[in-house]
Amino acid sequence: MKGNFIDNLPKVYGIYTGGFIGFIIIMAIAEQMGMTAKAIGIAFVAFTVFIYALIGWLSRTAQADAYYVAGRQVPTVFNGMATAADWMSGASFVAMAGGIYFKGYGYMALLVGWTGGYVLVASLLAPYLRKFGCYTVPDFIGTRYGGNLARFSAVVVLTVASFTYVTAQINATGTIASVALDIPFQYAVYVGLISILLCSMLGGMRGVTWTQVAQYIVLIIAYLLPVFWISNKMGAGFFPHFMLADEVARIGELEQQFGFVKNAAADLKSVPKGLAGITKAHSAVNATPWAFISLALAMMMGTASLPHVMMRYFTTPSVKAARKSVGWSLFFIFLLYSSAPMLATLSKLSLIDPNLPTGIIGKTFAEVEAIDWYQNWNQANLMFISDFNGNGTLELNEFFMGGKAVVLATPEIAGLPYVISGLVAAGGMAAAMSTADGLILAIANAISHDVYYKIIDPKAETAKRLLVARVLLVIIGFAGATIAAMEIQGILGSVIWAFDFAMSGLFFPLVLGVWWKRANRQGAIAGMLGGLIAGAWYLVWVRTGGSGFLGITQLTFGIFGSAVSLVLMVVVSLMTAEPDKATQKMVDDVRVPSGKSILGKSH
Amino acid sequence: MSNQQKHWEKTRGLLFITLAIWFVFSIGIFLFGAEMNKVTGPFGYPWTYWFTCQGSLGAFVILIFWFANRQEKIDEEFGFSEREDE
Repeated sequence: MKGNFIDNLPKVYGIYTGGFIGFIIIMAIAEQMGMTAKAIGIAFVAFTVFIYALIGWLSRTAQADAYYVAGRQVPTVFNGMATAADWMSGASFVAMAGGIYFKGYGYMALLVGWTGGYVLVASLLAPYLRKFGCYTVPDFIGTRYGGNLARFSAVVVLTVASFTYVTAQINATGTIASVALDIPFQYAVYVGLISILLCSMLGGMRGVTWTQVAQYIVLIIAYLLPVFWISNKMGAGFFPHFMLADEVARIGELEQQFGFVKNAAADLKSVPKGLAGITKAHSAVNATPWAFISLALAMMMGTASLPHVMMRYFTTPSVKAARKSVGWSLFFIFLLYSSAPMLATLSKLSLIDPNLPTGIIGKTFAEVEAIDWYQNWNQANLMFISDFNGNGTLELNEFFMGGKAVVLATPEIAGLPYVISGLVAAGGMAAAMSTADGLILAIANAISHDVYYKIIDPKAETAKRLLVARVLLVIIGFAGATIAAMEIQGILGSVIWAFDFAMSGLFFPLVLGVWWKRANRQGAIAGMLGGLIAGAWYLVWVRTGGSGFLGITQLTFGIFGSAVSLVLMVVVSLMTAEPDKATQKMVDDVRVPSGKSILGKSH
Repeated sequence: MSNQQKHWEKTRGLLFITLAIWFVFSIGIFLFGAEMNKVTGPFGYPWTYWFTCQGSLGAFVILIFWFANRQEKIDEEFGFSEREDE
């Protein structure tokens, strides 16, 4: 039956995709027949979450192998989809197009960074870690370098990075649940959390894998459909990716015409928190090469160090499949990332071009305030206008918007039916849930497998290990939700920090573990802890008014952290004894795909 | 030199080529971002802008598949491919 399920995957997910499209059509018809916007929103979120929970329940398991690595039988392409969903978070889905809208070229370093990192994953790490046969990333560190301290240090770095990330994701599920279900955010966060746990608790990695594939299908339809529809409706082009050059050029012209007028600080005080105006060029190069490259580099190295991504490649049937699967992952990510700049372009042009019926710049304030969608999004605290110069006409520097509005509001501005907004909510929910699931599982697995089983109680039976893993899953989930409910930080900021923490502590210990035989335990421990501490210190220093150096900001502090990590690791390794023969043999075995994995099937 | 050493040497060679191409598309071209953006590129977008939207991203996808195929060939050449039953 199990083998049967794997063979039937294309059919199963084909039927699922057809069913989802059918559901969208039914909702569209229901809208025409008078179903309210609110009811459509609830239906979309409730229906999709129910499906994910059902998959989670069907994937329940009592085997360690299935719980930790989905039985190592996830086919290449499906693992690619699952990784793409695991990877693309609420930030990618809801906030990225907004970031591009406001900051243009300089922000797009994130697009390059969040894709280029996969080249490092494929060439430096994924196939070798798959050959190793580990259950978790600290499992590799602990076995390669030996000793509980090395293992524990890896767990510490993993937990700091992933926990920073996961609060942002739970926050995003809460935001969407609160809008779609119309409940207060403090409760919505826990609704989001329960949905997340339903996918992962019973089936572990197996449950998460199959829900992530389902979530990818929902989120990619929810992202691409509006982009194509809006582009066609605006007459901008039938295939936006290849046809928006004129629109990009037109935005440049309008920027020249309007100019980026700086607002007085006193005026800006009246603008609600979190909203911003357009102050940077759209397609012109508006960042120094180093600002762009350092951000891209930090994100690339962070990608290759984030455990929730790496552990997806532990689930493929072979080393060969792990390599190919990285390619598929990036292909599925590419579909969304290459569309985000198009959405930002369409959204910006439709708002600022006075020649378009939707354009609001140049209209009088009375006209804009009478528009339905402006009223809706103004109420939702995502749009704001203010006549600073008192001339009665809206100008570019008098219009403010929240980053989320680009994805959430553009369909409505372009006059698409509400069913699309419901679909977008379901997509955002899928994106945030899938990433949160991967992250919570990464933390809980590291603590249950590496701390509890490997360090505290190596004789524990499978049933007890899995019980501990599930209890930890719930505890970590609730801790994340509690912090998310406090709303300390924006979604995007904490996501970027997670990359920096991960690269500070894990990038070089992981890479050198495969590529440098001489790397030893002392070096790795110094690299992990030293890198993490150096990175964290730099962040605190810059946040508390420090000037920083070499243009490294609070968004790229991982560059400093990982540099410290590299130096410490090399120096300490060379000062201490080289690894023993058995370890060197282990590294040799990792480097070739054939032969048995280093760690047994069940360990 | 043993078979395994030769295999690793070739694997390392492939890694350097892969990282060199990766460097060009992720870092190299953005050193000249301002100059390149003045020239019209594919589909009429300015060159640098096009790279950040699509070009570099697409290049990475192709690069990974190319790398995976090359590495498979190297593994086969030295007899280190996995057998189906492993």
